[in-house]
Amino acid sequence: MSAKKTRVATVWLSGCSGCHMSFLDQDERLIELAKKIQIVHSPIADVKEFPENVDVTLIEGAVANEEQLEMLKKVRTRTRVLVSLGDCAVSGNVAALRNSWNNSDMAVLERAYKAPEDLQAAIPNMVPKLLIKARPLHEIVKVDFYIPGCPPSADLINYVLTELLSGRTPSMEGRAKYG
Amino acid sequence: MTLNPMITLKIDGVQISVPEGTTILKAAKDNGILIPTLCDLEGLTPYGGCRLCLVEVTGSPKLFPACITPASPGMEVTTNSDRLKDYRRTAVQMLMAERVHICAVCVANDHCELQALANQLGVDHVALERNFTREQIDSSHDFLVIDRNRCILCTRCIRICDQIEGVHTLDLKLRSKNTEVIMDLDESWGNSCSCTSCRKCAKVCPVGAIYIEGEPITQTKNRDVAEFITARRNRK
Repeated sequence: MSAKKTRVATVWLSGCSGCHMSFLDQDERLIELAKKIQIVHSPIADVKEFPENVDVTLIEGAVANEEQLEMLKKVRTRTRVLVSLGDCAVSGNVAALRNSWNNSDMAVLERAYKAPEDLQAAIPNMVPKLLIKARPLHEIVKVDFYIPGCPPSADLINYVLTELLSGRTPSMEGRAKYG
Repeated sequence: MTLNPMITLKIDGVQISVPEGTTILKAAKDNGILIPTLCDLEGLTPYGGCRLCLVEVTGSPKLFPACITPASPGMEVTTNSDRLKDYRRTAVQMLMAERVHICAVCVANDHCELQALANQLGVDHVALERNFTREQIDSSHDFLVIDRNRCILCTRCIRICDQIEGVHTLDLKLRSKNTEVIMDLDESWGNSCSCTSCRKCAKVCPVGAIYIEGEPITQTKNRDVAEFITARRNRK
């Protein structure tokens, strides 16, 4: 029983946090999980710097700005098994809807901040710069497993974690559910 | 109606007898073996466009589209090998990458044949870079809407418009990735003089490309409509 706990992290990029909600929806199964894993970084844990030597990282959300791009690359170098959690991480999903427009970064900023009815129309410059296109994780780094769904069901997340923790390979055949 | 002589073949090791001229797809379906397809629809002429129904025939290195290949005596067909599954996964990924297929914001979410197939085959991601198109959305008709970004060019709408409704309002223009479903001579749908507003195109669309404004998708979709009408017409 004194076996070392698996170090698990979760990361929130351009997503709505729905996938994290679904993670929490594992309800009482979280108690079982907690016996085997240790959450070392997460938006729901107060850890500023992404730690070294992480076993499994679940990432929610697409990569839409420069800060997220840097974060993803850092996470990849510090994680053994990287999992794309949810449709935004898997396909870009809602964050990538802007990709249909040329120079979509400026197009969305102008639409959001420079509407004629705004009294002080100005594009904010204190926040990370948007990438021209929002991208799924696997277009930037190597991803080991994918959990599609908007959000993926708690059952599916639990299935993948359980399989990984017992050293098996999860398969999405007949289980995945986009949208 | 004259009855064709029966022939016997093997599909996935099961001995099956069907009337001569039956396609492999139909022979398999009638015997409980489901071969995936997105363009084929009972009641319409086969099209052979989506390439999802490709099967292996013992003795040939080629793959055959089951929807347009007639069953022949003694044929041994494999419908679900690892190689075929792999090809099908690739075909689904190519369809998903070709235009904008974002299930979460689609009117046909949960009632989409492409989505169902992706889930069933375990296509957990699209390895190809997605092509975010900006094809025209036409909502000029009173209630029928076409979002060409979601179209997979299966031509079910075109075939049902021509073969069942008999008006041929819909057709294709251009080629390759620029191919588009058009109305009349590339008229807006609202200005089409031949469209009878019969809704059959929306009923059979496998994805969310053609839909009815304000109507729940569960009410619109009726993919058996062509089979139903054809069966009634043939009844003597």
